[in-house]
Amino acid sequence: MITVLLQLAGLFALLSVLAVGGGAGVIPEMQRAVVDVHHWMSGPQFLALFALSRSAPGPGSLIVVLIGQKAAGLAGGLVAGVAMFAPSSVLAYLVAKFWHRSGGSAAGWQARVERALAPVAVGLTLASGIALIRGTEHGWAAYGVTAAATVVLTLTELNPVAMTVAGAAVLLAAAGH
Amino acid sequence: MRGGRPAPPDGAVTPSRPGLLALYLGFLTVGACSVGGGLAAWIRRESVTKRRWIDDTQFLTGYALSQLVPGATNVNLAVFIGTQLRGGAGAVAAPAGLMTVPLGVFLGIGSVYFALSRGAAGPWIALALAGMGASAIGLMLSIGLRLGRRNLRSAASVGVAVVTALVVGLLRVKLLVALLVLIPASLALHWRTPAQRPDAAGE
Repeated sequence: MITVLLQLAGLFALLSVLAVGGGAGVIPEMQRAVVDVHHWMSGPQFLALFALSRSAPGPGSLIVVLIGQKAAGLAGGLVAGVAMFAPSSVLAYLVAKFWHRSGGSAAGWQARVERALAPVAVGLTLASGIALIRGTEHGWAAYGVTAAATVVLTLTELNPVAMTVAGAAVLLAAAGH
Repeated sequence: MRGGRPAPPDGAVTPSRPGLLALYLGFLTVGACSVGGGLAAWIRRESVTKRRWIDDTQFLTGYALSQLVPGATNVNLAVFIGTQLRGGAGAVAAPAGLMTVPLGVFLGIGSVYFALSRGAAGPWIALALAGMGASAIGLMLSIGLRLGRRNLRSAASVGVAVVTALVVGLLRVKLLVALLVLIPASLALHWRTPAQRPDAAGE
């Protein structure tokens, strides 16, 4: 139990500082560690937790609370949450301090780093989608739902919740036959 | 480049400086309301439009910096705004407020899901979640595509994004290793490109 808690703390503290451009970028690494390295759950179970984390309020990175709960109960959930949010928050605090002290004069530096990190963040977001497809037994119906959701949500302003409900309905209907 | 944006004179522009409890409760509201994403828009509504704690320039600066710092962007944004308004104590109060309701909801959802998935309805719940997951993957891909459309303005940027997606998503190279190569490469490629501000707070 203590071992699992330490593993959770170590894993998510590392992912916390590697989460370039937001929490989504670390999903592939998280999936690998949770499913392939520590065997806390299967690939489809990981996708199920991902789906739950996207349908609840708050930052999607709270998926770590569900992972922690699955691996080590309530204590696991809390340890995972603190490990995921504390290190990056301390960094954010230090940057905010530095920024206010400099009176915003670091703007040139900031714009350059922003330009360089933006494409990495875009790539990591796409990588998360790709890794999640690879990590699950994606059948034809699931591929159809993913493709439809990608196109619709890229081209229209449809509420993602509607698409999520539709996805569940399609897979239940496909299995009923 | 330096004169590009008005420097926020600390404190002077801030129309009202909330107490710690008000700060906590403001972000508590944001956290409770944010079902279905769009957290940044909610934070802007609460801190700029409704309560006038900060102005729009300060918000956009905070949002841009929050993306530079690793970790969940909106939590970083809460830390940033909290620090600006109330220093170190604010840096704890704001994200704590933001996370209170979602954390409770997640722990609740987790308990219910883990209990139910062991029961008779387990296979059906798994199927429904697989469908929701398939949609959520599409949402993730669409966010990537939308971000790309807005922020990638040169062949070098598109190249870095595509290589990142393939190396991390398809080849599954370890993230730490990938970032240690990709970030310096991207910095080198973008250091000299002419100034262009990507849209902040678009999401």
